[in-house]
Amino acid sequence: MADTIATRVFGHSRIRDWLRQAFTPARTLSLAFLTLGGFVAGVAFWGGFNTVLEATNTERFCTSCHEMRTNVFEELKGTIHFTNRSGVRATCPDCHVPHNWTNKIARKMQASKEVWGKIFGSIDTREKFLALRKHMAEREWERMKANDSLECRNCHSAQSMDLTKQNPRAAAAHERFMFTGEKTCIDCHKGIAHKLPNMSGVPGWQ
Amino acid sequence: MRRPVLLSAIATVPFLLIGALSAQQIGGPGLDAPRLTGPAPFTAETPAPPMQRQITDDVRRRRNYPDQPPLIPHAIEGYALDLNANKCLSCHSRKFTEQSQAPMISITHYQDRDGNFLGGLAPRRYACLACHVPQTTARPLVENRFADVDALVETERRER
Repeated sequence: MADTIATRVFGHSRIRDWLRQAFTPARTLSLAFLTLGGFVAGVAFWGGFNTVLEATNTERFCTSCHEMRTNVFEELKGTIHFTNRSGVRATCPDCHVPHNWTNKIARKMQASKEVWGKIFGSIDTREKFLALRKHMAEREWERMKANDSLECRNCHSAQSMDLTKQNPRAAAAHERFMFTGEKTCIDCHKGIAHKLPNMSGVPGWQ
Repeated sequence: MRRPVLLSAIATVPFLLIGALSAQQIGGPGLDAPRLTGPAPFTAETPAPPMQRQITDDVRRRRNYPDQPPLIPHAIEGYALDLNANKCLSCHSRKFTEQSQAPMISITHYQDRDGNFLGGLAPRRYACLACHVPQTTARPLVENRFADVDALVETERRER
């Protein structure tokens, strides 16, 4: 049955010709042209792919949409991850996109859902954004809990954390909950870069 | 009618002088007490006083009178306290005090204003920072001669 559909669509002989052509040695093109040309084309393709990928991984790209610029980016500006004494700062992808390549690609594929949201205006007004804020925050909390707050740890490594430089309250909490692995960063540090949604029912919150 | 006006005008002169002198003292260099009249001329821009260092040593401060709201001896910068979230309660509410080892909010905070006990935090006690405040290392703008009730009782006892 499948064969007949394929035949109806492409024409039986045409597909067979095509396949035969693809698997017979080239007659007019040299082997050097095909290998080197393939190599150059590969470099160009891969370079282009990576350039575009990196271009979509910048704060400028994220804040080019008003949904991000007027809501979450404005909230970030007041926090320590945007302005602080030493001038080191985190941009959107530092926290929201994994740095490891495989995970990054997986996250980028998920982000196609966000393109859908942009096209159909899921959060194109402040009211819509606030209505969906808890849902979106929960997704991020879940993601960070699942990867043991990997994006936090890209900068804040437990090995380099000097507990003696922290105030006693923070040091005790880190020693008891983080170093034992009982909790991960996001369990306590929610809402450090953006405003929180309604926290009723969230564990650890009143 | 004329004389009393003149007299009262003359009578205010020493007070004005004293006022001017004390204003000089308070607003003098080193102390950044705000002048009630603002800068002179009033259109001049004055530099903002420097930010003061917060007290974050986690040492409980003595209360000046028994029902004084306790002070906050730690930084609260970035802690959410709005309609959606109350970060203070993540440590100080009854159910989280074991893991946080923080002092529990007073039992009065579980009562309504008629003294009836509620199942949770009374809504009128939700805004923690309305009464509880963090401290900075800023020097007092004016001398503080507050004496708590123990000190008053002690002096009275000694005089007797």
